[in-house]
Amino acid sequence: MDVHSPRSLAEALALKAEIPDARFVQGGTDVLVELNFDRSRPAALINLNEVPELRGYGFEGDTMILGAGLTYAEAMAAPLAGKFPALAEASRTVGSPQIRNRGTIGGNLGTSSPAGDALPPLVIGDAEVCVASVRGERRVPISDFVLGVKKNALAPDELVVSVRMKPTGAPQTFMKVGPRNAMVIAVCSLALQVDRERGELRAAFGSSAPTVRLVTSRIDEADAFPARVAEAASPIDDVRGTAAYRRHALRVLTGRALERCFA
Amino acid sequence: MKISLTVNGELRETEAWGGESLLYVLRERLDLPGSKNACEQGECGSCSVLLDGTLVCACLVLGAQADGHEVTTVEGLADGDRLHKVQEAYVQAGAVQCGFCTPGLVVATVDLLEANPSPSDDEIREALSGNLCRCTGYAKIFDAVRQAAAS
Ligand SMILES: Cc1cc2nc3c(=O)[nH]c(=O)nc-3n(C[C@H](O)[C@H](O)[C@H](O)COP(=O)(O)OP(=O)(O)OC[C@H]3O[C@@H](n4cnc5c(N)ncnc54)[C@H](O)[C@@H]3O)c2cc1C
Ligand code: FES
Ligand code: FES
Repeated sequence: MDVHSPRSLAEALALKAEIPDARFVQGGTDVLVELNFDRSRPAALINLNEVPELRGYGFEGDTMILGAGLTYAEAMAAPLAGKFPALAEASRTVGSPQIRNRGTIGGNLGTSSPAGDALPPLVIGDAEVCVASVRGERRVPISDFVLGVKKNALAPDELVVSVRMKPTGAPQTFMKVGPRNAMVIAVCSLALQVDRERGELRAAFGSSAPTVRLVTSRIDEADAFPARVAEAASPIDDVRGTAAYRRHALRVLTGRALERCFA
Repeated sequence: MKISLTVNGELRETEAWGGESLLYVLRERLDLPGSKNACEQGECGSCSVLLDGTLVCACLVLGAQADGHEVTTVEGLADGDRLHKVQEAYVQAGAVQCGFCTPGLVVATVDLLEANPSPSDDEIREALSGNLCRCTGYAKIFDAVRQAAAS
């Protein structure tokens, strides 16, 4: 298996166009598990660690551009933690320090798991995913990016370059249910934002439907919101929990998240 | 393919297969078996090393991703026969039983104390949450970290 280490975005895109069956590796925290256990033997690997265009973050007007290679450790530190509190809180719950140092939001989008912890904060933040290939660039609204369990809108020659999201200043939070405070795949999770200016509540939940789902409501209907969020879920029974438990937990989390954001 | 990386201050070159982890490269190619291989899925931390000064699981990094980079393993901590103060504290506190988790925990502790020389118990718990020990029950490990911080 060849490993290519492109030194620029253009080089990475050219490689992917040439070898569409190649797999990108950024932090490797999903890909290496598959390689180590022989669950994946791609034609080639394209290591993205040396592509400077994918690193860090920047501003474009009042919109922030988060590089696909942004790690959880970076998202939970200043200044990003202050701009996107729910993403920071979600990042703090990911794996362990070792995983947060390597795992990236681009990798979380690439995997498109319903349990991906970066996804609910991006959904309530109305993020756009910037995707590129040798054919050009396009922007995909986050809700159109993840299409199903581990399925996304990327074409075989495309790469996630960055995520665009506006810091609103509205109170927001993230909560996750699991057996431990570390190393936990969410039994269910919730990101919630109370936007007083727009008079709107926005919630998005993970691990309770094939994809992360957005639920919105008028702010003056907050009392009914926990039940609405629970109803919007279509959870399953699996090794981590039952559908009934997940629905119940979502109702409780929504209530708590509202309390936290209104406080 | 050929890769070259700086391990514990020394430039090393080796042949590697593309899908091979940094952990495999260290243990099987470079004769550095200090980093341990237990789960190969990022859950146990026994393979913890510093990659360009950042704490990572060597089992989740491609050997090829370390090409041109710097790695510090547990073998690189002692100064000749003089143990690193974190290693010394683990010995003195009795924080080692079977010892399988120890290299990873020692590297994670070194990383913690570099960023935070006097961590609270909660900060220690958080910093070591990616390292599992099936023997000690963690109490002696906490003692070792506190001792190393004080020394
Ligand atoms: C022990 C452990 C604990 C974990 N805990 C959590 C957790 O609590 N919450 C959570 O959400 N996840 C968790 N994960 C999963 C993983 O860490 C995350 O999904 C992480 O965000 C993956 O990022 P990465 O950069 O490591 O991805 P990689 O493994 O490098 O890649 C993941 C996928 O995305 C693709 N990809 C990577 N970059 C791009 C790009 N720029 N464009 C297009 N495709 C790309 C890859 O080809 C691959 O298919 C855990 C994993 C481990 C091993
Ligand atoms: S062997 Fe790498 S974390 Fe367990
Ligand atoms: S001492 Fe045996 S696993 Fe920690």
